[in-house]
Amino acid sequence: MRVSEVVLKGGEVVDEAGRRRADVVIDADGRIAAIGDDLSAARTVDCGGCVISPGLVDLHTHLREPGREEAETIETGSRAAALGGYTAVVAMPNTEPAIDSPGVVREVLELGAKATCEVFPAAAITVGRLGEQLVPMAELAALGVRIFTDDGSGVQDSRLMRRALEYASALGITLAQHCEDAGLSQGGHMHEGAWSSRLGIPGIPAEAEELMVARDIALGRLTGAPVHFLHLSTAGSVELVRQAKAKGLRVTAEAAPHHFTLTHAEVASYDPVFKVNPPLRGDHDVAAVKAGLADGTIDAIATDHAPHPQEAKEAAFDEAPCGMLGLETALSLAISELGLPIERVLALLSWQPARIAGLENHGGPVVEGRPANLTVIDPTTTWTVDPSRLASRSRNTPYAGRSMTGRVRHTFLRGEPVVLDGEAQR
Amino acid sequence: MRHLLSIEDLGADGIEEVLRLTDSFVEVSERRIPKVPTLRGKTVVSLFYEDSTRTRLSFESAAKRLSADTMNFSVSTSSVKKGESLRDTVLTIEAMGVDAIVVRHGSAGVPWQVAQWVDAAVINAGDGWHEHPTQALLDCYTIRERFGSLRDKRIAIVGDVKHSRVARSDVLAFTALGAHVTLVAPPTLLPPSLEGWPVEVSHDLDSVLPKLDVVYLLRMQKERQTEALLPSLREYTATYGLTRDRARLLGEQALVMHPGPMNRGVEIAAEVADLPNAVITRQVANGVAVRMAVLFLLLAAEGDARV
Repeated sequence: MRVSEVVLKGGEVVDEAGRRRADVVIDADGRIAAIGDDLSAARTVDCGGCVISPGLVDLHTHLREPGREEAETIETGSRAAALGGYTAVVAMPNTEPAIDSPGVVREVLELGAKATCEVFPAAAITVGRLGEQLVPMAELAALGVRIFTDDGSGVQDSRLMRRALEYASALGITLAQHCEDAGLSQGGHMHEGAWSSRLGIPGIPAEAEELMVARDIALGRLTGAPVHFLHLSTAGSVELVRQAKAKGLRVTAEAAPHHFTLTHAEVASYDPVFKVNPPLRGDHDVAAVKAGLADGTIDAIATDHAPHPQEAKEAAFDEAPCGMLGLETALSLAISELGLPIERVLALLSWQPARIAGLENHGGPVVEGRPANLTVIDPTTTWTVDPSRLASRSRNTPYAGRSMTGRVRHTFLRGEPVVLDGEAQR
Repeated sequence: MRHLLSIEDLGADGIEEVLRLTDSFVEVSERRIPKVPTLRGKTVVSLFYEDSTRTRLSFESAAKRLSADTMNFSVSTSSVKKGESLRDTVLTIEAMGVDAIVVRHGSAGVPWQVAQWVDAAVINAGDGWHEHPTQALLDCYTIRERFGSLRDKRIAIVGDVKHSRVARSDVLAFTALGAHVTLVAPPTLLPPSLEGWPVEVSHDLDSVLPKLDVVYLLRMQKERQTEALLPSLREYTATYGLTRDRARLLGEQALVMHPGPMNRGVEIAAEVADLPNAVITRQVANGVAVRMAVLFLLLAAEGDARV
């Protein structure tokens, strides 16, 4: 649905430049045509009491297509993204087949072109994510791929990771690491500690993550290439990244909402909905992730939205797959749980991740001439998560029944209202 | 109590109640015809995802002595791989009309999941490394039979605590009844964290043995040496095995216990297992009566005739 011209009325614009009361007019080309007081247009969208922000950007979405369409598709996942306020998502490459060749990149781009948010495929670092041979990085970069990661597992071989970083440094791309030393985490299904010991579930020590964070900081220093750390979950990892940034190294990091809202104590229910990788950690890790988000050590909140069909999560805890939904709850959790002013929350969810992913049309300032990728947020409304009402094809949210503050009211993708008053428009 | 999933479901009072009931079922077991009609018309199904002949037979025999009907659902690994989910299997069994499901599974927590899906009473017969509550109850009963009570008794649990559901349930049960528990094992065979466990830890069996009322030996599995948890079984036996020489350090009254099956020559010397104070077969005998008590508590309706 194209609108001829629309005015977002009564809201407060919040972007990297700050906060100001203003109406925003979007023209028929899907660009911001005017910003100011008392503007009018053919159509008015009420934004009273709301914040008008550059669209949110998720650095870490598993859309599952191709290959696992029973869990999610680009269509259903992008609808969930739009409802969560996202105008752009980076699609993780652990699909079947993996996104490791021009053909699969093109397929995802093609399906993404029809989606209700922009879909930017990330590509694997190694062919088939097997950790053996590099993907054709230059060729994939030429198709627009900006993030490369073997997410789901880390690149174990230090020599191979060094070569990947060296090779990437000439291409203007970023390698993103899922930090997990496979030897140390082998056989584990939850955070190793008091709860795993008591519940009799094999654990994954925090050090399995921290060893690879430390290694890749060193490899980043060796090669000069930028490194992005996916889903940091431990206090030790946050501290390592803080020190690396203090030394001026080119590292960035993200954290997932579940790592600042839930702990390993949840696993006492034995409900596999709480199984995720990296696992839910301790209270002190949760506090460290929050502190890292507050002091700028962690640059972005990324969902690690990982849909799984019901039957997969009805297995025994140690047989169930890892992952939880995130797109439709991330913004609300950030508003509810971080205690940060809204402009800091939006920096973590919009312009900072847009910069890491190299997205020019998302996260930028709300000014005339820019593409109208905008999210309108009611920061004070409260709502309760009902899994059956989520747009994702899967239902594996760990927040069923949880009450949250702040919700997306409207989302505009290139000027098109893809979400109006909390309802998906297509 | 609707289910028996963990020793924590019972608490000290609940454990005492089971033990008191067990007294009467021990008496039943000693009758010429060891059978009572208490659970006539009730159906008890064993759902075992792991091979465990002894626990399955013990439950089956307990149910039969109470006149319940028994069914047996042994799930070999291959048929799980045919694709039926845990939930579908459980719902299928419940649809046949059962009153209690006795579950053994290699994964921790499965009995909790099963309890959420069915109306029948669920009894945990061992879940992964987590718990084995009826084993702990029969262990308590066996100690109480010899000493009258567990209060202030000194008990060492020796061996692979990390991977042991028996150890987790025993620690909960023994300490609930007032015993002092020491875990004796190399650090690689202890849980990574003992935060909140009301136990002491030792790596020196020789220094612990003289003070004990009970030494409880855990089964040592051969795989542990391939997982780099132990240099060798030989070294384990030399440092933590209850050898003939080491058994001499025990007090005269001290009991030697083992949940079975034993690896004679590894965690316990053959001669030690046959000493008068080794009550290992007594544990097995008491297991049936304890399981009768548990089934009775879960399944006998109000007003049902007592034994």
